[in-house]
Order: sequence, then C-alpha cells, then structure tokens
Amino acid sequence: MKERLVVVGNGMAGIRAVEDLLASAPGRYDITVFGAEPHPNYNRIMLSPVLAGEKTFDQIILNGHDWYEANGITLYTGDGVTAIDPAARIVTSASGRTVAYDKLLLAVGSTPVVLPVPGAGLPGVIGFRDLADVDAMMDATRTGRNAVVIGAGLLGLEAANGLAAHGMTVTVLHLMGTIMERQLDEAAGALLQGELEGRGISIITRAQTAAIEGDGRVQRVRLNDGRVIDADLVVMAVGIRPATALAKAAGLEVNRGIVVNDRMVTSDPNILAVGECVEHRGQTYGLVAPLWDMAKVVAGELAGIGGAGYHGTVTATRLKVTGIEVFSAGTFNEPGADDIVFRDAARGVYKRILIKDNRIAGVVLYGDTADGPWYFQMLKDGESVETIRDTLIFGPNAGAVDADPAAAVAALPDSAEICGCNGVCKGTIVAAIRDKGCTSVDDVRTHTKASASCGNCTGLVEKLLASTLGASYAGESASRPMCKCTHHTHDDVRRLIVAGNLKSIPAVMQALEWTTAEGCASCRPALNYYLMCAWPGDYRDDAQSRYINERVHANIQKDGTYSVVPRMWGGLTNPAELRAIADVAERYAIPTVKVTGGQRIDLLGARKEDLPAIWADLNAAGMVSGHAYAKGLRTVKTCVGSEWCRFGTQASMDMGVRLERMTWGTWTPHKFKMAVSGCPRNCAEATIKDFGVVAVDSGWELHVGGNGGMKVRACDLLCKVETMEEVEEYCGAFIQMYREDARYLERTAPWIERIGLEPIRARILNEADRKALHRRFLHSQSFEQTDPWAERASGRVDAHEFAPLATFDAPATPTTLAAE
Amino acid sequence: MNAISPISWVRIGHLDDIPPRAARVVRTPAGDVAVFRTGTDEVFALKDRCPHGTGPLSNGIVHGRRVTCPLHGMVFDLTTGEAVGPETCSAATIPARVVDGMVELGGLDALGMAHG
Ligand SMILES: Cc1cc2nc3c(=O)[nH]c(=O)nc-3n(C[C@H](O)[C@H](O)[C@H](O)COP(=O)(O)OP(=O)(O)OC[C@H]3O[C@@H](n4cnc5c(N)ncnc54)[C@H](O)[C@@H]3O)c2cc1C
Ligand code: SF4
Ligand code: SF4
Ligand code: FES
Repeated sequence: MKERLVVVGNGMAGIRAVEDLLASAPGRYDITVFGAEPHPNYNRIMLSPVLAGEKTFDQIILNGHDWYEANGITLYTGDGVTAIDPAARIVTSASGRTVAYDKLLLAVGSTPVVLPVPGAGLPGVIGFRDLADVDAMMDATRTGRNAVVIGAGLLGLEAANGLAAHGMTVTVLHLMGTIMERQLDEAAGALLQGELEGRGISIITRAQTAAIEGDGRVQRVRLNDGRVIDADLVVMAVGIRPATALAKAAGLEVNRGIVVNDRMVTSDPNILAVGECVEHRGQTYGLVAPLWDMAKVVAGELAGIGGAGYHGTVTATRLKVTGIEVFSAGTFNEPGADDIVFRDAARGVYKRILIKDNRIAGVVLYGDTADGPWYFQMLKDGESVETIRDTLIFGPNAGAVDADPAAAVAALPDSAEICGCNGVCKGTIVAAIRDKGCTSVDDVRTHTKASASCGNCTGLVEKLLASTLGASYAGESASRPMCKCTHHTHDDVRRLIVAGNLKSIPAVMQALEWTTAEGCASCRPALNYYLMCAWPGDYRDDAQSRYINERVHANIQKDGTYSVVPRMWGGLTNPAELRAIADVAERYAIPTVKVTGGQRIDLLGARKEDLPAIWADLNAAGMVSGHAYAKGLRTVKTCVGSEWCRFGTQASMDMGVRLERMTWGTWTPHKFKMAVSGCPRNCAEATIKDFGVVAVDSGWELHVGGNGGMKVRACDLLCKVETMEEVEEYCGAFIQMYREDARYLERTAPWIERIGLEPIRARILNEADRKALHRRFLHSQSFEQTDPWAERASGRVDAHEFAPLATFDAPATPTTLAAE
Repeated sequence: MNAISPISWVRIGHLDDIPPRAARVVRTPAGDVAVFRTGTDEVFALKDRCPHGTGPLSNGIVHGRRVTCPLHGMVFDLTTGEAVGPETCSAATIPARVVDGMVELGGLDALGMAHG
C-alpha cells in the first residue's frame, strides 16, 4: 500500500511542496489536501491586482480542480482541519472527516494581526489575506465612500491603491514616520508617499489608532490626538502572525511559529511544516521566495532523497502598484556602512546602496528598479564590489556606450535571480528560450514559472527574450513597449502620432525618441499601418516597411515561390473567369490549383518574376487582387441564400457582394474576414468571422469578433438591423473602429476580449458615432480601392521587386552581364 | 576570401537600381545573390538563401544593417552574415562595394558563381 500524505492548507507553500514532490517522487504517496478556503489553490500575491481590477480571480488560479484530479489528489475545500491526533496519526476536519496519515504536512500560513483597540470586532473591519477579504472590500466599494487602511506596509499600500482605483476616498494610517519603513529609508519613503498622495490617497504618519467606532457597523476611526476620520470600511494591515493554534493543540513545539529543523520537520518526526506558519532558526517569513526554498526541502524529505536542507532565505521586496517602481533588499541602517546615493529629480529616480566591508548590505531603488536583481544577486552572494565601486550605482551597464536597454540584462550572470517569487535564475530562462522555443513572456512563464507570481519581473523576462531572440522577439501585446526600439506602447504611439501631427516613419522615430536608427522588422510595419490609418490620402505608404507579402501582393510559400488568389466577389465566379484562371495555370506552369476556405481559387507555386504577367492576364479577364496576403479585408463568404435555397430568408449573395465591394482594399491591424448566411442555419459559418451577418425573417443579425484558426472563438452578437444599407453602415463603422483602436497584429477576437464588447456596442449603436466612423471608413476607402495588381502589371510600380538586377549565365564573364 | 589571389570585381548595376532599405537579386549559375542597400546607402550581399530553411533573404525587411528573413523571422547581420541572437548559423557573404555610383560584387569567380 502507498504511504498516505495529508496536507493541511491548500495555499501557496503547501501546494508548491506537493508539486515538487510529484516531480521528484511521482506516485509515492496517496495525497489528501484540506483547505479552509472554498477555492482551489490560487496565487495569494495576486489578490492585490485582483482588488485593483487588473486581474480576475480566474486568472490567478495556480492549480484548478483538474490538476488535483489528474494527479490523483483528494481535495477537500472549505473544510479546515480542526484537530490532529499525533499518536493515532489521524486528522479531523470541521465537517467531521477523519483521515489517517503516515506523513502530515502543515502549511496553514498566517493570519492578519488585529489591533487591540475598541471596536476592532465591528462589522466592516477586515484584514487583507484571502479572496473573501477582497470580496468584502469590493462590496464596500459599491456601497461606501470612505475607507481607512491601518498600516502602510506592502499590504496596506496595495489595499489602499486598490480601493482608490475603485473610486473610494482612502486614508492610510501609519504608526511610524516613514511608510514601508521596514523596506524603505526616509528618502524613498517620502518619494513613495508623495506619489501615492498625488494619486489622491491621504497618508497620515505617526498616527495612533485609539478606537474604531460605529453603530452596529464601522463608521469612523478615532486617533489618539483626537482626529476623527469617516470610514465605511477599515482594512487592518499591521502585520501577520503565523497560524499556530492547530499545532499547539496537537502538542507540537511552537514559538512565534511552528518550530522546524533544517529538514522542515517539527518536533514530531511524522509531521512537517512549510510556509509562513513555520519558525526556522528563530526566523519567520512573510514573502513567497522563502516558501519555494522550503518547499524543495520538504519535497526532498518526503521523497526520501534528502538534500542540503533549509538554511534561510535572503529576501527582496517590490511593491505591486501599477506605475510605481520600488525595490528593496537587505538593510539600510547598518552602523559603519557607507552610502552611495544617486538621484535624478526630473525622472523621479532615487537609488541608494549600502556598502559594508566592500560588500552590498542593502539596496533601495525608487523609480527605476531595473538593476534590482543585479544588486540583489551580489548582496546574496556576498560578492566584493571593491573594484566596481565607482560605477556601482549606475548599474551593470555603467560606462558602456551601448544604450541598448537589453544590455543590462544581457550583462547579468546566468546565476542571477530574475524571478524572486519563484526563485528562477537567468540561466534557466535563457535555456527555456533557446531550447524550448519560448517566444513570449507567457511561454517563459509556462516553462519556468518566472513571472508567474507577483509579475514584477515581467519586464526583465521581456528583456531576456529580447536579448536572446534579438529582433525576432515580437514583444508582448499588452501595455508593453511596442518593441525594443522604443519604450512607448502601441496605444501611446498611436495617440502621439495624431497629437503630434506626425506624418512619416522618420518623424515618428525622431519625435518619440526611437532608440534605433530606423526601427526593426516589428515596429516598422506597425508604424506604417498606424500612419496610414491616421492620415488617409496624406501618408505615403512605405513599401520597405511592409512584410514581403504586402510588398509584392502575393503570399510567399515555403520554397520562396508565391501564391496568387484573384478576388471572387462573395465567392461567385463565371465561365470566363474560370477559363482565364485555367489559362494562367497552364501558361505559367502553376503546380497546384486549390479551392480555398474563403471560397476562391488559389494558384500556388508561381515564380516571383512571373507575377506581373499573371496579374495582367487575370486583369484582362476582369479579375483583381483578392488581398489574400493582406492585413486587410480578405474574403466575404456567402451561402446561396434566398436566391436559391429553399430555407433562405434574405439574399445573402447579394448582401455579401455589396459588403465586399464596399470594403475591399482596406488595410486593417490584422486580416479581416466576413461572411453572410441567408438564414440561421448559417451555412456560410458567419459566426466565426470578424464580421458575420446572419439573415433572419425580419432583417439581419450582426456578429463580431469571431475567429477560426488556432483558438476558435465564436462571435458576439452586436445587434440586429433591418436593411442592407444598415448592414453596410454598421459594417463600415465596425471596421473603422477596429482600424483605429486595435493594436497592429491584433485580430478582432483578442481585441474584443481585451477591451470588452460594451465599448464597441456603445459606439456602433450610437447613431452619431456610427455615422462618423462609417464616413471616415468611406473616406479612407476612396484612397485604397486601387487594384495593386494592375499597378504592378503595368510595370510602373515597384518593377525592381520582380526582375533580377543582373544575371550571369554559365560560364559568364563580366562583359556578358545582363544588367537591365 | 583568399588572401593570395586579389579579388576580381564585377559591376552589376547602379546604386539607384536598388531602393534604400531594399534588395535585388543577382542570378548566377551557383545560385542567387541578394544585394542589399541600407538606409544609409551602404551595400552588402548575401547568398539569397536563409541558412535556416530556404527563405529568400532578398525578400526580407531591411532595418539598419540587418535583414529579417521572410519565412521564420530570423535576423541576419548584413556585414557578417551571422544570425543575430542565440542561433549560430550564418548566411554566406559576398564582397560588395560601390564605385562611382555603380554596385560591384567581388570574388564571384572564387565562389564558382561566375567566371572572369
Ligand atoms: C494581498 C497580499 C499580497 C502579497 N504580496 C506579496 C508579494 O508581492 N510578494 C511576496 O513575496 N509575498 C506577498 N504576499 C505574501 C504571500 O502571499 C505569502 O507569503 C504566501 O501566500 C504564504 O504561503 P503559505 O502557503 O504559507 O500561506 P497561504 O498562502 O496563506 O496558505 C495557507 C492556506 O491554509 C489554509 N488554512 C489555514 N488553516 C487551515 C486549516 N486548519 N485547515 C485547512 N486549511 C487551513 C488557509 O485558508 C490558506 O488558504 C502577499 C500576501 C497577501 C495577502
Ligand atoms: S444558411 Fe440558410 S439560406 Fe443559406 S444555404 Fe444555409 S440553409 Fe440556405
Ligand atoms: S493550417 Fe497550417 S499548414 Fe495549413 S495553410 Fe494554415 S498554416 Fe499552413
Ligand atoms: S527560412 Fe529563414 S528563418 Fe526560416
């Protein structure tokens, strides 16, 4: 029979230990987990972003129910363990379950300290520890106006920031003179306080809470000096206390925390403990980095493979308030230590390094924390900084002429810790990028867990991606710099193009301080699109900033040949067109002729230099480019509709052709596909298109944001309209909104998931907005509906693309050059 | 390049035959050569075949002294032909220069690309 392991506490440390155990000794134990909270294991750190509205609870779940199932773990949620019988080796839960164990792991975390003041037990006074607390705060933001947070440590400030983000008037009370005084010195504390006050949060330092008052529920907080502050909600964030009651009742040795040895074993050899509930060599912890170290030791112990044991963890802190960068590690009031300080008032940057015996004893960084991990690594390693002391404050990159932001990260040793939360070092991340093919922060997160917890190292991971992948790193789509040539986000760049009246790529790069001379393969096409969208008719398209397909108006194939897809309006064709296609296929020895998913015909394997002649032949039969290569309008798929189908309620072919005539030639952030079905049977699959139209008896249903492909997404219903003219107007307005709002290379599906359907509905259903959008769409169409094939078939546009510059025949001499 | 025999240069066209930040192809019996002109009018030449797959580098986007392969986005340094980033492969370079506004390639004969 397998040994039985019971884990008490379904939190971060306990489940991490189980994960590590499963990795080193899969199948060794029959595992049962008790969790007092009614949820699967989630990332407690991320409760702050959840409170601030930046994440949803679903996004912070670390292991869902399926994970427990897949690993054969029995999970009891919402059922805390109430007693342990160490002699019989049995635990009993609140609901009366009894489970026997061979090994017991206590991972019960800690509880918020409650100030011993009158009124501390009133309804409306809460801690900040679990999802229930976040829910209580969210509720309070809906009904109340004023919040008081007691304690200006990491948790208190993150709570205050979250509550303020919901529009509450927030006052933070702090006993000491400096906020976050355990992590920050006075100067950094003052900078942080100023920044938070600038965001509308009041902070009262040296504030002693005398009483919390209210009639059946909290109404105000009274200070010792007589001041009274209105409060509909009071959050206590004055510290945490290891949860020891259960262990104490079971007779285990308990001090401030549950006492463990270096092997994480308690005073009972069959009971281990891990996480915030433990006390190790007199030390307790309140951050996750130590938990990961402890979890590894626990796993080794349970797997019977031993290891080096636990010897404590040096920790560093970052504050998770969007837009504020604070980093702190070590000490900063060390007697006999030297100080190195750097300030840049204009940029709001403050850096201080404490040096004792030529080693870093403490670091405080405010405003620019990029070098934090570098200092932290030297601090942990006790590395001598004697030789680099002069330039230490300027970071690893000091003195380098290379202004590349990735260089600082590139200079870190492989052993440098990047993700403090999960203890992931640079070498591990670089290896994942190189060997596992990670190309995005998400990929790296999946493979290494780096940035999976507090997310503060995301920027560093991005820089590692950039320095490892070079220019092929496309960047992240969320509010991150467009690419490594700039620190501006896509959205900022778009805004500034219009605000600054910037009308060319060089103008944008100059005005927005691009760090490269002429951008890279990722920002140039994006800028070209943004400029074209902002200045229709005015901006001159830059062919050299387009991907090859859009430059030569055909799709490059894996052997370097091209495919050619003429437009077939609404999927309709006729004998003359088919004959012309057949002739082209024969004349240019096209190896493959294929019907596409978008209801047209693809000629695959055309030689680049044949393209202009092929197009001339197709043009002669009345056919134009199908833009099958474009980040633009692709196809409008239709069913036969009421014209032929016995179920059809509307003329879907006619509708489709009208839409395609209106929209062809438009450039969009990514490809754009449409379809029209003649009845709800939806034979044209209109509900997985960017814009899908489904006829019903009384008119047309309009659907948006659908996507086939790798991740299928069904459309959202936008609205229902009656006439074909309305369908056209709504369609034009929707495309224009997408053109103006989405980021380059963002399809409508992720765009809608990012901004939500509501803002789109609000604008498209508002008549004035819709008509203005549609007008702008038609205006830009007046410049874009020129057949690019005809222009090139004439030989007047981009002829250099299709003809070689010179040809040497074998055996050739310089005099037989066929220079054109 | 062979240090003993001097390289022979052949003219292939005018600098203006290549738009800035673009490339043209030169056909030779030993395969195509991609001739690049940068935004600052420097000229470089690489074998027109990405060492990663078969990508015709002449079809890539030119940025600074780099080109991005159109097929899978590998980036190559035009001066050395080496891939930028972790990859260790490199594209073969061919000497190129501009003389009096004319673009010349060097050592094609040595590469077996032309006689002369
Ligand atoms: C809002 C917030 C922000 C934070 N931000 C950071 C940060 O930025 N960086 C950082 O390093 N750390 C941060 N922390 C601290 C970090 O979350 C903790 O260090 C970590 O969660 C501790 O893990 P643990 O497993 O020991 O405890 P927990 O994650 O609290 O897990 C303990 C679990 O055990 C359950 N439990 C308790 N008693 C019983 C019982 N008798 N039976 C069954 N279950 C029981 C509890 O309900 C809980 O779910 C933050 C904490 C909070 C609350
Ligand atoms: S969607 Fe309706 S109208 Fe169109 S072909 Fe299918 S059944 Fe007929
Ligand atoms: S499904 Fe894959 S293989 Fe097929 S065409 Fe699309 S990308 Fe190519
Ligand atoms: S063929 Fe060049 S990157 Fe794949």
